[in-house]
Amino acid sequence: MAWLKERAVLVLGLAVLVYMFVPIFVVVLMSFNDPSTRNVYRFDGFTLDNWLNPCDDPAMCDSLGLSIRIGFLATAVATIIGTMAAFALVRWDFFGRSSSNVLIFLPMAAPEIVMGSSLLTLFVQGGFAGQLGFWTIFIAHVMFCLSFVVVTVRSRLAGMNDTLEQAASDLYATPSQTFWRVTFPLVLPGILGAALLSFSLSFDDFIITNLNSGSDVTFPMYVWGVARVGLPMQVNVVGTLMLVISLTIVLVGEVNSRRRAKALATR
Amino acid sequence: MSSPAETTDDPAKAAPASRSSYDGLRLSALSKSYGSFHAVQSLDLDVPKGSFFALLGPSGCGKTTTLRMVAGLETPTSGTITLAGQDITATKPYRRPVNTVFQNYALFPHLDIYENVAFGLRRRKVGGVDAKVKEMLELVELEAQARKKPAQLSGGQQQRVALARALINEPEVLLLDEPLGALDLKLRRSMQIEIKRIQVEVGLTFIHVTHDQEEAMTMADTVAVMNAGVIEQMGSPGELYENPRSTFVANFLGQSNLIEGTVTSTAGDVVTVDMHGIQVSVPAARAHTDGGKGWIGIRPEKVLIGAAGTELDAPGNTVPGGVVTDVSFIGVSTQYLVKMPWGQELQVFAQNTGRDRIFRVGDPVELSWRPEYAFLLDHSQDVNAGAEEAV
Repeated sequence: MAWLKERAVLVLGLAVLVYMFVPIFVVVLMSFNDPSTRNVYRFDGFTLDNWLNPCDDPAMCDSLGLSIRIGFLATAVATIIGTMAAFALVRWDFFGRSSSNVLIFLPMAAPEIVMGSSLLTLFVQGGFAGQLGFWTIFIAHVMFCLSFVVVTVRSRLAGMNDTLEQAASDLYATPSQTFWRVTFPLVLPGILGAALLSFSLSFDDFIITNLNSGSDVTFPMYVWGVARVGLPMQVNVVGTLMLVISLTIVLVGEVNSRRRAKALATR
Repeated sequence: MSSPAETTDDPAKAAPASRSSYDGLRLSALSKSYGSFHAVQSLDLDVPKGSFFALLGPSGCGKTTTLRMVAGLETPTSGTITLAGQDITATKPYRRPVNTVFQNYALFPHLDIYENVAFGLRRRKVGGVDAKVKEMLELVELEAQARKKPAQLSGGQQQRVALARALINEPEVLLLDEPLGALDLKLRRSMQIEIKRIQVEVGLTFIHVTHDQEEAMTMADTVAVMNAGVIEQMGSPGELYENPRSTFVANFLGQSNLIEGTVTSTAGDVVTVDMHGIQVSVPAARAHTDGGKGWIGIRPEKVLIGAAGTELDAPGNTVPGGVVTDVSFIGVSTQYLVKMPWGQELQVFAQNTGRDRIFRVGDPVELSWRPEYAFLLDHSQDVNAGAEEAV
């Protein structure tokens, strides 16, 4: 009992970690599952087949491709517009700035189901009922990613000292040189963070997408649809890959900042 | 104050009118207002080429605003700035041959020391960047740190990088905005000497903004004391200290005893003043009042102190009847407060030469000073002006 008391924090901490990681572990494990029965939710045997034939169901890979394409495109557009909006909100004093700063939160606060259905109404009213698909999904995704980009970039910009820009202009840099040589490199980490967030929001979205996709099927929609008849094990392969990619990104970032901190310590 | 119509938005039109033979920096009727607050009021100032010029004043006196207008980071409300005969009032900061050492250095955190220093040269597409940067890093003794990022350097080193980054462009005028404010006292002192050495070596015009009177006097050839948006007095450090023209300068630059008196006669180059019944004389060149009442000023270290009735070796103004009320011994000197018959306490700094004994609280003493050290200020000025702000 005394032993447990001393290590209560450690034990509890480990328990929380296990709680968090069990579902992820299941995804990785099931990606190697060789289902012998129709019950795909039970681990029956180990196989590499799922990994070797990821596109066993072409519909899954089609939906994955669509999600990735929309993810990249929506991220690019939302990041560019959102970054410009963030600069305007931080750097320019214009009529309605403070209300814009508040309004930018609205899309984040509104329930997704409401946003999705109102978007659908808008598209149908606009006469696009027949053209629901890639472009309507894209428009919807840019819309909800935008707020997150603005908020992320804005906080980075607000924390930046504008004397650096004054110093650049004092050192013969024209306004555009000042932007590209000083301002942009310093805001870039914020922009990259916003882009990562945008991509995962877009890739993940189900509710808004489902309402505005017409006959197109994104990856989350495919998983939802196929779950009723039994998931193909390849869904777990995709899940594991996503996990590995995001872990790599986090690790690279961490190693970089560690190296920087170490360089600071050894000055 | 000049009207806004006199400011020139069109440099081409203004150039012939404002072109002068003066090769230094000239500020004419320069003003800057923020709403109803006048940060700088109709400032006229000539800074000779190659000089080390200090703008000295308490915080909020307008010295930094003046500097930023010269750099082009603030637009004057009215007035003109000419540099080497060119009107630069409306010139963009990146087109002015002026560089600034910012108060918090403003080094680019994403660039290493080498690239920070090379920044100005690269923007102007000047050749021989590598040789110039190396030479400049050598001047500020940072060759070994060239590939480090600013955050890896100490405060003093960052300060030197900021200096090198500005100096490398060989500007017509180098502006220093409280560049030593963030350093500790010891480092400040050594950087003061360092910056002065570099200025002599490169021979550029330096304008140094500071609130530290000791710093201004140590470094600058010419000091302009600024207060509430106007220049109170300008001159060499010695001139300002010995012959202040206002109570603000007398109190802000060092300490002064200011005693009320009435001018009784002016004969030749001597002004005689009745100081609470004692006749004291002040050289006419140091009397800055038109007669009537005035403040007689004398620096504490110019006042001699002696036991009552002794013959003091200063021929001139002798004031009997003092009583020591406070003594602080600080090694090289002793600082006394002496209560005078009219109730005022005067400060006296006596060198500890060992010749005189150190007086104790309650000792009756008499004070004396050479008339040529005294000065006379206008009575309408606040006797305590500048005393609060002095550091």
